[in-house]
Amino acid sequence: MELTRLPILKPALKSRYPQLAVFIVMLAGYIFAILAGFIGTPVGSRNFSIVFVWIAWWAILILVAVPFFGRGWCAVCPIPLPGEWLQRGAVLNPPDKKPKWLNLRWPKFLRNIWLQNISFLLLALFSSVLLTTPNITAIILAAMLFAAIGLSMVFERRSFCRYLCPVGGFIGLYSQTAPIELRIKEKQVCVVCDGKPCYNGSQTGYGCPWDVFPGGLRKNTYCGLCMECIRTCPHDNIAINLRPFSADLAKPSARIDEAFKAFIMLASAMIYAGVLLGPWGALKDAAYNVGTSAWLIYAIIFLAIIFAVLPGFFALGILKTKSALPLKQRFASFATALIPLGLMFWVAFSLSFVLTNASYILASLSDPLGLGWNLFGTASTAWKPMLTSILAPAQTLALVGGLIWSARTAQKAANEIKSSSIPVITFCFIVTLVMLWLLL
Amino acid sequence: MKRLELLSRILITLAIVGAVGTPLYFWSRTPLIHARIAENGGWTPDVIRANVGEPLHLKLTSDDVVHGFAVGQMDMQSVDVLPGKVTDLTLIFDKPGIYTFYCTRWCGLNHWRMRGTIEVGGSSSDTQPASAPLYVTLKINIDAPHNAPTIPVQKPSALRGQSFSTQLPITNSTNYYRANSPYQVFDELSNTSLTETERWDVAAYLWQSNTTAESLANGQRLYAQNCAACHGENGAGDGVFADDLTALGATLQRSMTGDNKMTMQTPADFTDPKRMMGASPALLQGKILRGGMGTGMPMWGSIFTEEQIWDLIAYLYSFQFEYQK
Repeated sequence: MELTRLPILKPALKSRYPQLAVFIVMLAGYIFAILAGFIGTPVGSRNFSIVFVWIAWWAILILVAVPFFGRGWCAVCPIPLPGEWLQRGAVLNPPDKKPKWLNLRWPKFLRNIWLQNISFLLLALFSSVLLTTPNITAIILAAMLFAAIGLSMVFERRSFCRYLCPVGGFIGLYSQTAPIELRIKEKQVCVVCDGKPCYNGSQTGYGCPWDVFPGGLRKNTYCGLCMECIRTCPHDNIAINLRPFSADLAKPSARIDEAFKAFIMLASAMIYAGVLLGPWGALKDAAYNVGTSAWLIYAIIFLAIIFAVLPGFFALGILKTKSALPLKQRFASFATALIPLGLMFWVAFSLSFVLTNASYILASLSDPLGLGWNLFGTASTAWKPMLTSILAPAQTLALVGGLIWSARTAQKAANEIKSSSIPVITFCFIVTLVMLWLLL
Repeated sequence: MKRLELLSRILITLAIVGAVGTPLYFWSRTPLIHARIAENGGWTPDVIRANVGEPLHLKLTSDDVVHGFAVGQMDMQSVDVLPGKVTDLTLIFDKPGIYTFYCTRWCGLNHWRMRGTIEVGGSSSDTQPASAPLYVTLKINIDAPHNAPTIPVQKPSALRGQSFSTQLPITNSTNYYRANSPYQVFDELSNTSLTETERWDVAAYLWQSNTTAESLANGQRLYAQNCAACHGENGAGDGVFADDLTALGATLQRSMTGDNKMTMQTPADFTDPKRMMGASPALLQGKILRGGMGTGMPMWGSIFTEEQIWDLIAYLYSFQFEYQK
């Protein structure tokens, strides 16, 4: 179903101003969060930066934006904006023919998501400190803003979003499951289109910031939903479609970087569930005391689970399955089945800590800088976990649903590559049991 | 298009300036007093200025754990300072001088170091010169040991002591009580016909008759709030921090800056009869007033009033004596 046919949505997307208005608010909010992290109280649960980034934003991202809108967050994310505006030398106007800055192509050997895998893992290893310490959060937020600006000066388009953003990697991976997609309407129109302004830019707008030719879009992973091609397409050939969930997963990816992204996300959801929600004090201490030998052991185990234990068992499982494909390709194709499972692991994990900590949002809203304000009369809202009675059933539902969804995906992948899905489904079943045990 | 581009740039600039400027403006105009555990800096700022008779508005916040705030020598309820929250407080000083404010919650091993001063300027009509405390006039060396050579076999009873007290050669004056230790009373009675146990009972009676139930209750309250963290609820020197001190072992000798200047001792045990029978109220007053000089015992002279200290001392002896209910 084509959403861009809706009479309100189409002009709202064609025009730059609604999105620009959202951008300005988002950017102001982002800068405010950085500042609050530096000058506000060092007590994480009362600091706007921690509460709004790691509780409110995370809840919206993982429970709503990613499952239902795919890269919907990327469409309004403020991080690339200053860099992009500087790169183009304009907010609204298309850039000059002659580039203002270096405008280099991104190096070929880095044209994959390994850097995103690494940047996510770097944050994940320090997450206990990052998620609780306002000034560390502020430093990371500022660093991302400046990294995006810096890369925009050196490389063309949004290199930060496409190749470095620690969040963008998994949003892209999981956006394949979303019921929203941006696609072309008629292939033939693109084939004969002169100049391909959606990729190269034109007088009406700039070329795809994500370095994607919309005519070739088969899956959501690298389309940032910036909506620019809707504005530049001279043939009105771009549509936003409503589609069944996980449509992109029917044809499994064969990329090993994406396969490991699936493992990284699946494993870190499990490790987080153990460290942040589990009853093991020593584990929490090890994760929190960055730089100590306990933390080093924790980091090694963390990486071993992600890169050796889980992929190892997974590879062992599919080792003996009959297929014409070599193991590496089978591994990458079958890892597609872990995408819905990983997403639902994150949903189940996030439900727990978001519902537990949501009451901090009200308090922080009334006193965002910790100066004793009470803007909305909610400053003294006491900490109280919400909806505790539905938490366990909702988590179970998410995990069991994820398992079924994964099994279906595994079957489709098995059909594609003419192999058996049983080892993959068994693997999914076992990790789901472990996750159930960790969460409940 | 040109005009819209300009307008967008202006809007973006305004948004950024607003997002930076607004919080900075309010932040710089709201001076907070931050409380952190002593190892991380204690109170910031730790010197506050005020004027006599003018209300002093304070906004207190904690950057880590729950702390408390109170000003010594002042009749005020202590307030809690909660992590990430702001506690508003207004104080009025009616006399100039340097006041000590301090943490009233047992926030950590160095809790007692969490102090700051309020310098109250202005003039006052009733300036009284401070008189030297009793231990100074009596020339008691409060750092020397004052253990009693002998100790009672059973807990001395004020009730039993009362019956002998009328026929005794010693006075029951406050001055006498404050200047002498129970052992000195015991010793002075050595040429009477009383048995040793009876002589200790007389000391117990003397001590009780120099206090009141109200003073004892007040002393107990002060003790529970301020002393029990180290000296223990039952006076045995086994408070919650005493365990921490023991656990620290050798590092206990180290000051917060890392040098080995400290001679932190285990907190005094008030249930030890040797210590308490040999200590006069004047000696204890000196220790409380001045503190332990390098041990973990803080100086309380700037915090407790003289009366509070005498109440506290009266309560300390109740760990030794059986008082009438």
